[in-house]
Amino acid sequence: MSEPLLQAVNLHCERDGRTLFRDLSFSILPGTLTRVEGPNGAGKTTLLRVLAGLNDNAEGRVLWCGNDRGARRESFLRNTLYIGHRPGIKPLLSPLENLRALTATRSPCSDAALRRALKGTGLDGFEHVPCHRLSAGQQRRVALARLLVADEPLWILDEIFTAIDVQGVDALERLLAQRVEEGGSIIVTTHHSLQMSGMRRITLGEGSDEL
Amino acid sequence: MSSDKPTARSMLRPPETASDALTAMTVVMQRDLKSSFRQPQDLLNPLLFFILVVMLFPLGVSPEVEFLQQAGAGILWVAALLSVLLSMDQLFRHDFDDGTLEQLVLQPQPLFLLVLAKSLAHWALTGLPLVVLTPVLAVMVHLDGNSIGVLCLTLLIGTPVLSLIGAIGAALTLGLRSAGVLLSLMIIPLYIPVLIFGTGTVMAATEGAAVSGQLALMLAFLVLALTLAPFAAAAALRISLSNG
Repeated sequence: MSEPLLQAVNLHCERDGRTLFRDLSFSILPGTLTRVEGPNGAGKTTLLRVLAGLNDNAEGRVLWCGNDRGARRESFLRNTLYIGHRPGIKPLLSPLENLRALTATRSPCSDAALRRALKGTGLDGFEHVPCHRLSAGQQRRVALARLLVADEPLWILDEIFTAIDVQGVDALERLLAQRVEEGGSIIVTTHHSLQMSGMRRITLGEGSDEL
Repeated sequence: MSSDKPTARSMLRPPETASDALTAMTVVMQRDLKSSFRQPQDLLNPLLFFILVVMLFPLGVSPEVEFLQQAGAGILWVAALLSVLLSMDQLFRHDFDDGTLEQLVLQPQPLFLLVLAKSLAHWALTGLPLVVLTPVLAVMVHLDGNSIGVLCLTLLIGTPVLSLIGAIGAALTLGLRSAGVLLSLMIIPLYIPVLIFGTGTVMAATEGAAVSGQLALMLAFLVLALTLAPFAAAAALRISLSNG
């Protein structure tokens, strides 16, 4: 039994007087994919932002490799990749420039490797087009190209299948499965029906749906 | 199969070196400069504002040489201050909207260094062009050669302070939909000491007094802003993103 990479202990978060989750505890083990589920507004994104270290408003503790995360923040940040709703793509820069800026300090790689990553996400021939001229799905793919060069052990991915076409979704599912096989941990939220063997689930907002 | 599976520990990356932080700062600056040069109207706005405000004084108040010599330094300083303030809201706004800021906060490198890089890029794009333009406008308001030199020097020292202090306000007001007025109300009081010493130094030079003491004090402002403002702005960014 390998030790957990990330642990959440009694997480509690309120937003605008509404409890999003309470006494939430779980462990993220190496080589697992965890899916956060729940209806719109259940707090999936908030939970992911808490786990990624962007939102400090939650009570409870987050442990990184068994230690309090606050004390190991540098190691945590270095080993975690977060891609949110807004993936950090500059509209005036080209996909290649964006990818280079996003990876330069995390997993520096050659331009050839970055071009291969862009090719792998179907952006062949668009390397030098400013991103604001690309479609929503293509812009999303620029962000996802990071996954092809990333070697962080923990990936936190918020709604990654949004605006991606059917072939893209297949390729992405294969990529995630392969990553889990290699020993990486992944936390995702998606409304897409993701099927993967050994997938763990965290369900938020149970019993609170009033539809 | 589990035997050749790497453990969590073995996958962890080594801690960073000092050169990583420098690389990260360079990347942040390059990205900001590149983005701005591809949208030149954002660069021209503060410059145009600066020129227009300075031009309106002779037209609106008095075109007489004595008045302009007397008020010239103040006019140029106030105009420069306002045009920096005008551009301040944009410092983090675009990055906030497209998610770049989240990625910045999650960089393993110290956030205050990255904020410092952004502030310096902002200065290079707004403050520095103002300083370059100043001699031309100073001639227009009949300042003499010595005063023009001192004025440029005070602006060269003062405008980075404006960018650095402004970054704190921009970071604090990031979560608000329209930050304009609040940002000005928060930041202008902090700009006042810089303005007083900036214009005071030029006045002293015009009267032929020594200015080295006042310049040293302005440099002290700059050192203080360089060392403290990025910490405050970084903390403010974390708060703004926590609520975002």
